[in-house]
Formats: sequence, structure tokens, C-alpha cells
Amino acid sequence: MDIIVPIKQVPETSNVRMDPKTGTMIRAGVGTVVNPLDLYAIEAALRLKEAHGGSVTTVTMGPRSAEKALREAIAMGCDGGVLITDRAFAGSDTWVTSYTISQAIKKMGRFDLIVAGERATDGDTGQVGPGIAAWLDLPLATYVAKVEVLRADGASSERALRVERLVEEGYQVLELALPALVTVVKEVAAPRLPTLRGKKRSKAAEIPVWGSQDMDLEVSFLGLKGSPTKVVKVATPKVTRGGTILVADDEEAVSDAVEQLLGFLAERDLLPRRGRA
Amino acid sequence: MSFVWTLAEQHAGRLKEVSFELLSRGRTLADKLDTKLASLVIGDEVDDEQLQELVWRGADEVYSIQDPRLASFVCETYSNLLSHLVKTYQPSVILAAATSTGRTLMPHVAVRVHAGLTADCTELDIEEGTGNLLQTRPAIGGNIMATIKTPDHRPQMATVRPKSSRPLPQDRSRVGKVIAVPLDDWLVDERVVAKGYRSDVQDFVNLEEAEVVVAGGRGMKRAEHFGLLRALAEEFGGAVGATRDAVDRGWIGYPHQVGLSGKTISPRLYVGAGISGAIQHLAGIKTSETIVSINSDPDASLHKVADFGIVGDLFQVLEELRRRLAETSPGEQGTAGRDAGSEK
Ligand SMILES: Cc1cc2nc3c(=O)[nH]c(=O)nc-3n(C[C@H](O)[C@H](O)[C@H](O)COP(=O)(O)OP(=O)(O)OC[C@H]3O[C@@H](n4cnc5c(N)ncnc54)[C@H](O)[C@@H]3O)c2cc1C
Ligand SMILES: Nc1ncnc2c1ncn2[C@@H]1O[C@H](COP(=O)(O)O)[C@@H](O)[C@H]1O
Repeated sequence: MDIIVPIKQVPETSNVRMDPKTGTMIRAGVGTVVNPLDLYAIEAALRLKEAHGGSVTTVTMGPRSAEKALREAIAMGCDGGVLITDRAFAGSDTWVTSYTISQAIKKMGRFDLIVAGERATDGDTGQVGPGIAAWLDLPLATYVAKVEVLRADGASSERALRVERLVEEGYQVLELALPALVTVVKEVAAPRLPTLRGKKRSKAAEIPVWGSQDMDLEVSFLGLKGSPTKVVKVATPKVTRGGTILVADDEEAVSDAVEQLLGFLAERDLLPRRGRA
Repeated sequence: MSFVWTLAEQHAGRLKEVSFELLSRGRTLADKLDTKLASLVIGDEVDDEQLQELVWRGADEVYSIQDPRLASFVCETYSNLLSHLVKTYQPSVILAAATSTGRTLMPHVAVRVHAGLTADCTELDIEEGTGNLLQTRPAIGGNIMATIKTPDHRPQMATVRPKSSRPLPQDRSRVGKVIAVPLDDWLVDERVVAKGYRSDVQDFVNLEEAEVVVAGGRGMKRAEHFGLLRALAEEFGGAVGATRDAVDRGWIGYPHQVGLSGKTISPRLYVGAGISGAIQHLAGIKTSETIVSINSDPDASLHKVADFGIVGDLFQVLEELRRRLAETSPGEQGTAGRDAGSEK
């Protein structure tokens, strides 16, 4: 199984600042990590490799410094990583991001499976994974909680995956022909920590860096300009709701607080119906 | 005249409540744009009465595409179908629910029809003068609200959080057309096969579509104590949620986890007991309509975002709450506004 994992570098804290003019994030001065939800994707990929052989290669699109995310993934056990970076890519929305990453994946060569995170903690859309599947015309399963390989060594036309998707009604079971793309949720596997040996390998690893000239790209599909969506306004919602806070430190106060809570819920029409009768 | 479309969602032939919520959003937009509102039903065995209900709840037209091969959501076939319909009829706006289906199908279609898509919108409006759709969504864990538009591409696509709007009241005098659209064979993709649902699941919950979520954290102290929350949730006709700490301790299953690495919910009422309100948990609950917090620590972050907070021992408060609710005329079952979309 040769597996590609698209990972994103995201700001470490949730206290990011926004550029009011462009509506994009100010990344300077904020620590970065591999998108926490992508660690599950890396882990799922590594386990498939351990069970069926092959390789795991990560790819990220971001600033030069996103190379750090690729090295962290190598320290966990991935075989390599590709950095796609160019000023022309700045300000990409999910349509453009999935296009650009898809073109990079085409250049990376043959693969059996792409495993992406469910969503990135900064953009928080979950759209890039399905977008890549659409660009590459790959069978897609999102919200995958369990992956099983059916017929790993059969003729390539017969190879398939059985997955369980965590959806509103339970776990939907799907069988997909390979190559395919899945996005995974936390339940799929608990991510491992980097090893010492991995860290050494990661330091020495060569990371190919590809810019807009290195891939076959339609210029009008790139960056802020190519993005169909435009951020027109960014507002910071008020942090507190200024609600009622009651202290209930003895039995009487508890009873009084609950009384008031019931009154509050009744006012907002939130009590169970039979309570309203 | 380009229409506004909403995607109705069904499971096992039953339309989901969110289908009607989307129509109330869509109705406002269609009226502002002076155009028609159509609802698309992709599925199998959704009966005429339910299709008619979509008209009574705001649709001018209903396109019903029903086929056994559409019974379960399979992205490729749904996407082939929707992309084809979009190219043929060129709607100006498409709204879908921010559910596991909507959030998978919409980005897939957006790529193929070269459209802009905004995820998880909580507000939608029409820009004066241009007629562009203004899509507002929480981003970065709910820390900011971003307003987005798609000036140069059509359709303008958005997913909308379930429970973030109410269905319109049923109006039986409304008239509309229900149009059956066949599924052409060439639209069916056979690379993916739906094999049904895993049936041995013990502790599953449909959190995203619950009107009321009663959630517990590390302060619940033991798995057995979640029984208190289950009883309360049942009282409200709601569901039980949990923090990552509670899930990681094995007190309750992962489908209950709310937050950054769990589910994002917008119930009408969220009650958090023994939950500190870490930023990663808040990311999943910030768009709840009403937040109630029960925590013995007056400085707990959850109190700061709560509409109503009780600083006290959660066991005492929950017991008292349950006792008081049980007092009020027991007997007839009911829920806080559940099924508002199908008062039949
Ligand atoms: C990448 C990442 C992703 C994460 N994703 C999630 C996520 O999806 N969901 C999530 O929830 N967390 C997530 N977390 C974890 C999050 O940071 C917090 O650790 C977690 O939410 C804390 O859970 P808690 O509130 O149950 O526990 P605590 O923070 O320990 O809070 C327990 C609270 O209970 C109160 N308490 C104790 N006893 C009582 C009593 N008798 N009566 C009343 N109150 C009492 C205490 O005052 C305290 O405030 C994530 C973290 C990271 C780094
Ligand atoms: N810039 C990027 N580079 C590589 N992978 C990405 C990038 N953005 C998103 N992804 C992948 O797509 C998933 C969903 O991201 P998003 O759609 O931004 O929420 C992530 O978990 C990653 O696997």
C-alpha cells in the first residue's frame, strides 16, 4: 500500500489574529503544529503500511516553514514529505487548495490510497479532502472510524477497502475500489509519538520543495485571485453571553437556583412539554 | 430566473427535520432575490405526503429523484446527479445541511461545477444591490465570525448548521409543483458500494440533530454517574454529550464527544455539568442557542459563555433538577419542540 497523507500546519493556539483587510490569518509570531486531526490520518496510514507493506508520504501546502510539519510526520514514521509553497498560492480557499494539492499528488506518482484529516482546526471546513477526491476522481469516504483492506494483494482492479463512516444514524459501511480517498475521525487510531530514531531520520530527510513552476497548473485557478469565495468581513463575536450566574452552596441555595433555572428555561420555551402542561 | 435550491435529506425514506429548516432559510433568500425556491429530494421511498410537506413548509417546486440506488448516501453517484442538475438548471444558490452527507457532497460538487462553497454557515443574507449571497460562519473554533461571498461564480453554495434555524409553520394553502426526475444509469458510480449500517452498535447517539444536549465532563467522576445525564436528557427528549476527558476515561463512547476532535452541535439547549469549558470543547458548542453551565468552580470558562450558570455541586443540582421535573405532571410524553417539522 502506497499511501499519501495531506497534512496542514496550523497555529498552535486558538488565539489567532486576523488581518482585517484580507480576512486571512496573521501567522507571524504564533507557534505552529501539525493539524491535530491530521495526526489520526498519519496514524491510520502508518498502521496500514505496517500491516500491508508499502510507504507513507505526506504532502503539505503552506509557507516555507511548513516543512517543519513534514519533518514531524517523518519523525512519527512516515517515509517522506513534499512541500508545495509559492507566493502565488497565498490566500487559497478550499477549491483552490484542493486543486493545487491534487496537481502535486499527480506529480508524486502512483499511490493506492490518500488519507486526509477530517478538518483543519484553523480553516475548519473539512472541504479539502472531498475536494481532492473530486479533482482526482477517486472513490471517497469521509468521517471514517475504521479501515480494513479487502484483497490487498489481488490484481489491482480487484483491490478494495471496507470502511465504517461515523454518521448521524450510526456507522455506515462502505466498500471502495482502490485507489481511493478517505478522511478519518479520532476514533480511527490513537496517534503515536515520534521516536528518537524517527527524529534522526527526519533531520536528515530531503524534502522536495515544489513551486508553481514545478507543477502543471492553470494560473487562473491559483491563490487568492483564483478562489471563488472572498472573505468580506471578519468580526469577533462577544466572548461572554453575560448570563445569570447563581451560587448554590447549600441545600436551600440549590433549590432556589434550580427554581430560577426552571423559570429561565420556561421563559425560553425550553422545558420538556409535559413540564409545561 | 435562477432559483434557490435546498437539498432535503432523508434516511430510510423519512425526511429529516433539517430539510425543513433549510427551507425557511431558502424562503427568505428566494423572496429577497424575487425568485423561486426548489427543494431537491435525493433518496428512495420518500412518500408523496412528505414531498407535499416540503411545499407546505416553503418550497415552490420539489424535484424528487428516487431510486433504490439512491437509498443510501454514496458520494459519487449523488455528486454525478447533483452536478448534472446544476449544469442543466443553473440555480443561483444551493443550501445543504452541515451534516455528514452535506459536508461530503457539497465540496465534491463545488469542485466539479467550479463554485464557491462556505461551510457551516450560521447566518445567510442577500447583499443589497449585487444580490450576492452573504454567508457568515464561525471560524477558528468559533473565535471569529467570517462573512464570505462568491461574486463571480454560480451557484453560490453553503452548508448550514442543523438546528440553527426553525422550520416555517405548515401552510396547507401553499401550492407548488412536485416533479419526479429519473436517475439516468450513466450517473451511477459502481466503485463504491453501501453495505448498510453496522448493527451491533451499543451506545450510539445522533447528537447533531438533537434539540437538547446534556453533556458531562470529568466532574461527573464515574461512568455510572452518566446515568443521571441520560435520565435528564430523556426528560428533555434530548441526547447525552461528553468532553474528551470523559470519553478518554471510557465513561462514554466516542460518538458522544463534543468539540474540536468530536462533533460540532447547535442545539436549542446545551447543559454542561462538570465541564471546565476548555477552548477545544467550546469550539463544538459555541453556536448553541442557550447554554447552561453547572460547575463548582466559579471561574470555570463554561460559566463565562453560559446564559445561565449555577456555581455548585453538580450532583446536588442535577438531583434537584430531576426531582423538580418529575414533580410536574408526569404521564404524557413530550419534547421541547421536537418534530416541529412534522406536526402530523
Ligand atoms: C487537539 C485537541 C483536541 C481536543 N478536542 C477536544 C474535544 O473535541 N472535546 C473536548 O471536550 N475536549 C477536547 N480537548 C481537551 C480539552 O482541552 C480539555 O482537556 C477537556 O475539554 C476538559 O474536559 P473536562 O471539562 O471534562 O475536564 P476538566 O477540565 O478537568 O473539568 C472538569 C470540571 O468539573 C468541575 N467539577 C468537578 N467536580 C464537580 C462537582 N462535583 N460539581 C460541579 N463541578 C465539578 C471542575 O470544577 C472542572 O471545571 C482537546 C484537546 C486538544 C489538545
Ligand atoms: N494546505 C494544506 N496542505 C495539505 N493538506 C491540507 C491543507 N489544507 C487542508 N488539508 C487536508 O484537508 C483536511 C481538511 O482540511 P480543511 O478542509 O481545511 O478543514 C486536513 O485535515 C488535511 O488533511
